Amino acid sequence: MEPVKASTPLEHHSKPSMMKETKRKRPLINDRVKAILCLLPSIILITIFVYGFIGWTGYVSFSNWNSLIPDFSFAGLKNYAYLFADFRFQADLRNTVFFTLFFIMAVLVAGLILAILLDQKIRAESLFRNIFFFPMALSFVVTGVVWQWVLNPSTGVNLILKEFGISPMWYTSVTIIPGIEWGKIEFGVPVAMIAVVIAAMWQMTGFSVAMYLAGLRGIPDELREAARIDGASEFKIFTKIIFPLLMPITVSVIIIMAHISLKIFDLIYAMTGPGANFVTDVPGVYMFETTFRGNYYANGAAITMIMLLSVAIFIIPYLISSRKGGS
Amino acid sequence: MKKTWSIILTISLVFVFALAGCSSSSSTGGDSGKKAGKEKPGKATLDIFSWWTGAGEEDGLKALIELFKEKHPDVKIENAAVAGGAGTNAKAVLASRMQGNDPPATFQVHGGAELNEGWVAAGKMETLDDLYVQEGWSDKFPKELIDLVSKDGHIYSVPVNIHRGNVLWYNKKIFAENNLEAPKTFDDFFKVADALKAKGITPLALGDKEPWTATHLFEDVLLGMLGADNYKKLWTGDIPFDDPKVKEAAETFKKMLSYVNDDHSSRNWQDASQLVGTGEAAMNVMGDWAKGYFSNDLKLKANEDFGWIATPGTDGLFMVITDTFGLPKGVKNPNDVKKWLSVLGSVEGQDKFNLLKGSIPARIDADKSKYDVYGQQTIEEFKTAGLTPSLAHGSAAAEGFLTKVNQAVNIFVTQQKVDQFVDSLKAASSELKK
Repeated sequence: MEPVKASTPLEHHSKPSMMKETKRKRPLINDRVKAILCLLPSIILITIFVYGFIGWTGYVSFSNWNSLIPDFSFAGLKNYAYLFADFRFQADLRNTVFFTLFFIMAVLVAGLILAILLDQKIRAESLFRNIFFFPMALSFVVTGVVWQWVLNPSTGVNLILKEFGISPMWYTSVTIIPGIEWGKIEFGVPVAMIAVVIAAMWQMTGFSVAMYLAGLRGIPDELREAARIDGASEFKIFTKIIFPLLMPITVSVIIIMAHISLKIFDLIYAMTGPGANFVTDVPGVYMFETTFRGNYYANGAAITMIMLLSVAIFIIPYLISSRKGGS
Repeated sequence: MKKTWSIILTISLVFVFALAGCSSSSSTGGDSGKKAGKEKPGKATLDIFSWWTGAGEEDGLKALIELFKEKHPDVKIENAAVAGGAGTNAKAVLASRMQGNDPPATFQVHGGAELNEGWVAAGKMETLDDLYVQEGWSDKFPKELIDLVSKDGHIYSVPVNIHRGNVLWYNKKIFAENNLEAPKTFDDFFKVADALKAKGITPLALGDKEPWTATHLFEDVLLGMLGADNYKKLWTGDIPFDDPKVKEAAETFKKMLSYVNDDHSSRNWQDASQLVGTGEAAMNVMGDWAKGYFSNDLKLKANEDFGWIATPGTDGLFMVITDTFGLPKGVKNPNDVKKWLSVLGSVEGQDKFNLLKGSIPARIDADKSKYDVYGQQTIEEFKTAGLTPSLAHGSAAAEGFLTKVNQAVNIFVTQQKVDQFVDSLKAASSELKK
C-alpha cells in the first residue's frame, strides 16, 4: 500500500527504544499483557461475528436447507453442482470475469493518465484533484440511480447521441460478443456490462488517481534528471523508470478494485437489476434473490462461498507478500 | 501505571457485561413476556408487520390502526412496516424474525401458497377456525377465497383486500382514433396489435426490469389459453408443464412479446403504465394497482383517458391477489392479535383500508357505493367470477418455484426458445407440492 519509503526512518526510530525496553524486562511483559487485553474484545468479536459466521455459511452451503424449513442434513456438493450447471450462475461467472477485467483496466488507465496530467504542476491542481475524487464520496446506489438515467436508451445521453445518428442500447442490449456457445450460456463480452463499467469507473477512478498521484510525488526528481542527462527520451523515462517504480501502486489498486468488483451488488442492483437474459447479473444479486426471495438458503450460501474463494484468490497472495515486505 | 490498568479493567468489564447482556436479554425478555402474557394480556406491544409504505397503502394501514385504537384503546399497537417494493426486504426481515423465534404479532402475507406452502407448512402459524366461527365470517368471504387461506381444512389468515391481476389497460383516445375495440380474445388482440403497429404505435407496454411483470403477463396468457380449471391443475401437478397446451400458451406469449416496447428491460411497471398513460403505447397488462397509478400519479380519468377489460380469454375469471394477516405461533399476546384480526375482517375495517389503498374489500357484503367506477364494477364481478390464484404474486405456488419461473421467463423474453422454456418450467415444477 505505502509507496513512499517514509516508513523506514520511523522504523529506525523505534528500534532503539525497543532495545532499551528489552533490557528492563518487566515493563515489556506488562505491555504485552496489556496489549493482549486490549485486543481481546475485538479478537473475540471478530472470531464470532466474522469467522464464526463464515464457517456457519460454509456449513449451510453443504446442507439441504432450500426452503423456509431449516434442514441441516448433509447434502455434499449438491448445491455447488446445481450452481455450476445453472444458466444464471454460468452467466454470472462470465459477467463477473468481464466486469472485473474491464473495470480494473479502465480504472488503472484512466487513473494513471489523470494522475500524470495532474502532476504537470498545473494551476488549481487541488481543485481538479477534488473534482476527480468527489464521486468516491457517493454510495454505489446513488451512482447506480444516476447512471441508470444517463444511460437509459430512451432518455439521457441518447438524446444527444441521436443527433449524430447513433443510439446505443446501453445496459438493455442483450448482445454478447462473440457469443460462443459454452455450457448453457453464450460466452463472450456482454455489451450491457460496458454501461455498468462506465458507471463503476466514474465512481472509482478518483481512488486510483489519488494513489498514482501520491506515487508520482514519491519518485525523486533526481532519477528523472539522471535519466535525462543520460539522454533518455521522456517516453523512455516513463516506461523504464516511472512505470516500474509505480508497480506497487498498480498492484494495490488492482487488489482493491478486484475485491470491489468481485463482490459488487449495490451498483448493479440499483442500476440494471439482473438484466434481460441475465446479461448484467452478478453472483451478489443472484445470492440475494435466491436466498431472500426463493428461500434457497443452501444455494445462496454456496454462492457466497464461491464469492469468498474468488476474492481470496486475490487477497491471500497479497497478504502474504505484504507480510514478507513488512518484515 | 495504576491508571492504565484501571482503564483496561473498565474496558474488559464493559465488554463482559455487554456480552452477558447479549446472551441473557433474550431469555429474560422471553420470561417477562410470558409472565406478562399470562397476567396482563394488554402489556405486550402489538406490532403489525407489512410492506405497506407506499402512498395509498400506508394511509390505509394508518386508518386501520386508528380504527383499532378507537375500539381497543388499552392495547399498545405499533406499525412495523418495512419499506421496499413488492415486500422483498420485508420478507427477508420476516424470515429472520420467524426463524429466530421472534415473530411479529401479525404480518402481511399473500393468500395462497405463500401462506400455505410457506409459513403454515413450516408449522409457524396458528389456525383461526374459532375466530371465523366467532365472527360468523364463513359466508361473508367467498368460499374460493377462504380455500386460498386454508390448508387441510383449517383457516390460517384473514384477507383484508382484493386486487385483480388479469386486467388489460388501454388508452381510450388511441383506440377511439383508430376505430378499435378493446380485444376480448387472443385473435382480437393480435388484430388490434397489428393495426396499431402499422400506425407506428407500440401496441403493448412492458416494463420487465423486475422480471415478475413478464411472469404476470405470462400467467394471464396461461389462464386465457388453458381456462380456469386446467390453469388450477398446473399447480396441483395434474397437468404437467410440458403439456401441449402450455407449449401453445408459451407460443402465444412469445408472439405477444413481439409487440412490446424495445426498452422494456430498463423500465419497471410504473414506467410501462406511463407509456400507456401518455399515449406512447396502447395497452398494458397489469394488476389493478395500476389504476391507482393512472388516477393518482398521472391524474388520468377512469373510463375517459384509460379503459380496462379482462385480459384476452379471461372474461368472467378473476386472478386474485389478496393480502392477508395471520397469527404466528409463539406470540405473547394472541388475544390482542385476534382483536386486530376481527377489526381487519369487519366491514368497517375493510372499507376504511380499501378506499385508501385502491383495492376492493374481500368481503362480499361491503358497501360498494363508496367506491369509484372501477371499484364498483370489480366488486360486482368479484361476486360472480371464478377465482384463480396468481403465480407471479405468490398465491399459486411456493416462492421457490416462483423464483425459478421468474428466471426462466427472464431468459425466455430474450431468447424466445419455447422448448427450452417449457423444459425449465418442468424442471422447476418438481418444487411443487403434489
